[in-house]
Amino acid sequence: MIGVIDYKAGNAPSVLNALNKLNIDSKLITSEQDMKSVSGIILPGVGSAKATMESLRSMKILEKLEEMVVGEGKPFLGICIGLQVLFEFSEEGDTNCLGWLRGCVKRFPESRVRVPHIGWNGVKFNYEHPIISKINSNEFFYFVNSYYVVPNNNDIILGRTKYGLEFCTMVAHKNIFATQFHVEKSGLIGLQLLKNFAAVVGGDLC
Amino acid sequence: MLTNRLIACFDIRNGLVTKAHKFKNNIDIGSAENMAVKMYEDQIDEIIFYDITASSEKRKIDIDTVKKVAKQVFVPFTVGGGIKSLDDMYEVLKAGAEKISIDSMAVRNPNIIKEGALAFGSQCIVLSMQVKRVKKTISIPSGYEIAIDGARVFTGMDAVEWAKKAQGLGAGEICVNSIDQDGTHAGYDIEITSLISRNVNVPVIASGGAGTPQHLVDVFSNTEASAAIISSMLYSPKIERNYSMKEIKEKLI
Repeated sequence: MIGVIDYKAGNAPSVLNALNKLNIDSKLITSEQDMKSVSGIILPGVGSAKATMESLRSMKILEKLEEMVVGEGKPFLGICIGLQVLFEFSEEGDTNCLGWLRGCVKRFPESRVRVPHIGWNGVKFNYEHPIISKINSNEFFYFVNSYYVVPNNNDIILGRTKYGLEFCTMVAHKNIFATQFHVEKSGLIGLQLLKNFAAVVGGDLC
Repeated sequence: MLTNRLIACFDIRNGLVTKAHKFKNNIDIGSAENMAVKMYEDQIDEIIFYDITASSEKRKIDIDTVKKVAKQVFVPFTVGGGIKSLDDMYEVLKAGAEKISIDSMAVRNPNIIKEGALAFGSQCIVLSMQVKRVKKTISIPSGYEIAIDGARVFTGMDAVEWAKKAQGLGAGEICVNSIDQDGTHAGYDIEITSLISRNVNVPVIASGGAGTPQHLVDVFSNTEASAAIISSMLYSPKIERNYSMKEIKEKLI
């Protein structure tokens, strides 16, 4: 069972629709109570880093989430803001984030590109990994973001994308995976990545 | 590299897709749900639904249709028509849409752009504008005036000024609909699309007039538009022929 964290500004219903389409057992998480029976967690996201952190705090699930993901090593997939809040600090609203990964979140330089970065862009993979099984390097995924992540440790960068500059768009660190692009809105390729995550959760791939 | 997006646009009336010519003389084409799924399977980049009579009939947007589509379509999905408040926006997002398109309502109450952007993020708010070519005057220096309510009411507002103001209020994308080109299949209005895309820094969507893949080539090579709306060339029986996404994308490479 995969739990999708549902906070008011997120797009959890879209992720749930995609999992349903793939016949993957899933449910929404709105409280700590809902987290008991899940073996993998997705943190979807639209909106701002600050609003997301405030929502997670007001849901009172942060402690349990950290225990499950960082402590017990349950597979975790962050999407968009769900990637950004994994780092220590975001320039968006000067927000302190989860800090599970070392690094920060910066705004695109408006002098060089249109912001937000909206549309289908290529993701170049740095190495092979079960989470990107059956997906070729340089496939196109759907992005909507004004900020991008800068990890301290380059080894966790699984995918990169060019938009004015080259930036990190996918990370993989132990049981923690996250994408800047919206897997739930990237057509069949995005659905394949969700399928891969479900396989990792089910223990089929790792 | 970021690709230019092709967005299938459906004007919806009573759950059916309808086609107009210069915002008039609509004919119904098919079920909104079936047509959206068909376009998704054909690998369209994005889908927009306009519930075109929601405003004039003073009713809320058709949420059931939005929900049905969101369960089967896994590309970005924008919904517009009849959205008056933050609650209306939240309902559409909860139903599974990613973005909200606001048009006449934003002219009446520009603050709704700001409120929407603050509540849900700029990326959620698409400002759609109906523009008509007029004589250049001191109050309309661009020579393009903003209309509302299905191109029936003229506002005296300059299109470029309105685009800049909307960006300042937090609109994340600006969709430029040409009333003159709408349903003509004669190509986009390059002049206003170019003018607006040079004057704002958010992505601009060209709309109105696409009839052949060449029109997309023209708009992407002569303007800074990031996306273009296509409808007739995908599915309208009123046009000489329809095109598949594969055919269109091959032309754009």
